[in-house]
Amino acid sequence: MTPSLAVDKPNPLAGIAATTGSRHPPSGRWLPALILLAPSLIMLAAFTYWPVLRVIGESLLVGRFAGQGTIGFDNYRRLFVDPHFGRAAWNNLVYAAGTIGPSLGLALAFALALRETNRLNSCLRTLVVMPLMIPLVAAAALFSFILLPGDGLLDFYLHRFGLGMVNWLGDPDLALGSVIAITVWKNTGYYMLFFLAGLAGVPQDVVDAARIDGAGAFRRLRSIILPLLGPTFGFVVPIALVNALTQIDHVVTMTQGGPSDATNLLLYYIYQQAAQNYDFGLASAGTVISVGALLALSLASFRALERGIHYEG
Amino acid sequence: MKADRRLLGLAGLSAAVLAWAVPFAWMVVASLRPGVPQDIASLTPAGPFGLENFAAAWHSGNFPLWYLNTLTVCGGILVVQLVTISMAGYAFARLSFPGRNLLFAGFLLQLLLIPPLLIVPNLATLVSLHLYDTLLGIMAPYFASAFGVFLMRQTFRAIPRDYEEAATLEGAGIVALIRHVLVPLARPGLIAFAIVSVTAHWNEFLWPLMAVSSPRSQVLTVGLASFASGAEAGSAWGIVAAGTVLVAAPLLVGFLAFQRRFVSSFVFSGIK
Repeated sequence: MTPSLAVDKPNPLAGIAATTGSRHPPSGRWLPALILLAPSLIMLAAFTYWPVLRVIGESLLVGRFAGQGTIGFDNYRRLFVDPHFGRAAWNNLVYAAGTIGPSLGLALAFALALRETNRLNSCLRTLVVMPLMIPLVAAAALFSFILLPGDGLLDFYLHRFGLGMVNWLGDPDLALGSVIAITVWKNTGYYMLFFLAGLAGVPQDVVDAARIDGAGAFRRLRSIILPLLGPTFGFVVPIALVNALTQIDHVVTMTQGGPSDATNLLLYYIYQQAAQNYDFGLASAGTVISVGALLALSLASFRALERGIHYEG
Repeated sequence: MKADRRLLGLAGLSAAVLAWAVPFAWMVVASLRPGVPQDIASLTPAGPFGLENFAAAWHSGNFPLWYLNTLTVCGGILVVQLVTISMAGYAFARLSFPGRNLLFAGFLLQLLLIPPLLIVPNLATLVSLHLYDTLLGIMAPYFASAFGVFLMRQTFRAIPRDYEEAATLEGAGIVALIRHVLVPLARPGLIAFAIVSVTAHWNEFLWPLMAVSSPRSQVLTVGLASFASGAEAGSAWGIVAAGTVLVAAPLLVGFLAFQRRFVSSFVFSGIK
């Protein structure tokens, strides 16, 4: 993830730092390093590494209630035939595509429109970033009213155009879309900040030269600006992937996965199995599959984007 | 012609951004309207206005306890993090030891494996450490921060080594070196991290919901969720809006007051 800071202001001291690494011989250095790293390593071991091993173990443990467990793939077999899990996995794919695409697109559009700093643009930027500062459950509370059929804010104003009475959260065909819209509203400002920083690193003279050569706005975006934003995409996309798996606070408080599994997502399914059904085997197998998919997708997107990155100088 | 199109674009942009702000506008307006008005959805009501909803929200939820718990959790996490990330960040920036890059990659794995994702094993760990249903249990998984270590590594790398060597030559001990050289020079990184960390944990819901079962250990977000579902059932939307203001206001006010600092922290950070 090293390129992430390159999009910010170039560090005048970076050259000095690069040369300081190997002034001392490597031997005899491990004791101070160990002392400095120990507190972090102990906590990481307890709450990151050990849990991963443990959840893999639990997912393979069968028949724990009989007193002695055996090893097998029974939990995975049960997981893959559970229609709720299949639905949650499919929904999560839709949720990932539906949140990442629009929120990154909107974030880039806002960043391009608001990149020049003046008083109006600063105000507008502030408004776009504000959802980042509130909890997702607070956003859920607000949108519970906005999407309320009848008296809700959306219906109240749609009614003036002769529209309305749509049950945004209660209709199985619309509920996931509504949940996606809330997530997009919440995240766009956060991603916009990174695009603004990335755009600050795009040299204006190159863009101007292309304009003089007759490149239209779309062409300038596609051939110059987007390739130079490669490093920005390189770390925004993995962040967005993690968010697509873990931002389910509004599902917990607003829809509980319903109606009829329409908004059930992987982490909510895991949460249900663990906290409500006490089926830890199923929850563990679900966790292993979800985490595995997240690691694979993050790595793949990072690799793919890294190949497209254009480093400066 | 071109100016016209420009004006049209500006109008469209402003409309889009104003639509973005509608939930906040409604939150503030509705929270100030007592009773159960027919047009509670209106963004431009005639009145009357008052603070009754805030009083009602304050009394029906346990806000003092929730504030205290959230402050304890955010503060406790931050204090421990500042120590662990400074130590580890310094080690990765300044010391060379075998396996350094591999170890650093191992640290970064934590960016993906956040606690609610590993709910099953993490809850088991909390139970065996007797930390289930305690504030310390909410805090513990965050005491190490891969993101913070990454940030402090960058920060220490940007500090010229000569400063430390000069201080050591003049006879400064390790404590003086930390207090008078390293901490002051690393302050921008520490502040950026503090803003991102407090924002993340103030707003967090899922892990505190899972790690705690009794009301006495609830944080603001968990309290808001139970409080709001009760008030929504009674269609007391003004009270829901007021409760939401109470939960969101501290960070929103901080953000509006120190915008530049917040924005540069989030950009500087890159990863939550």
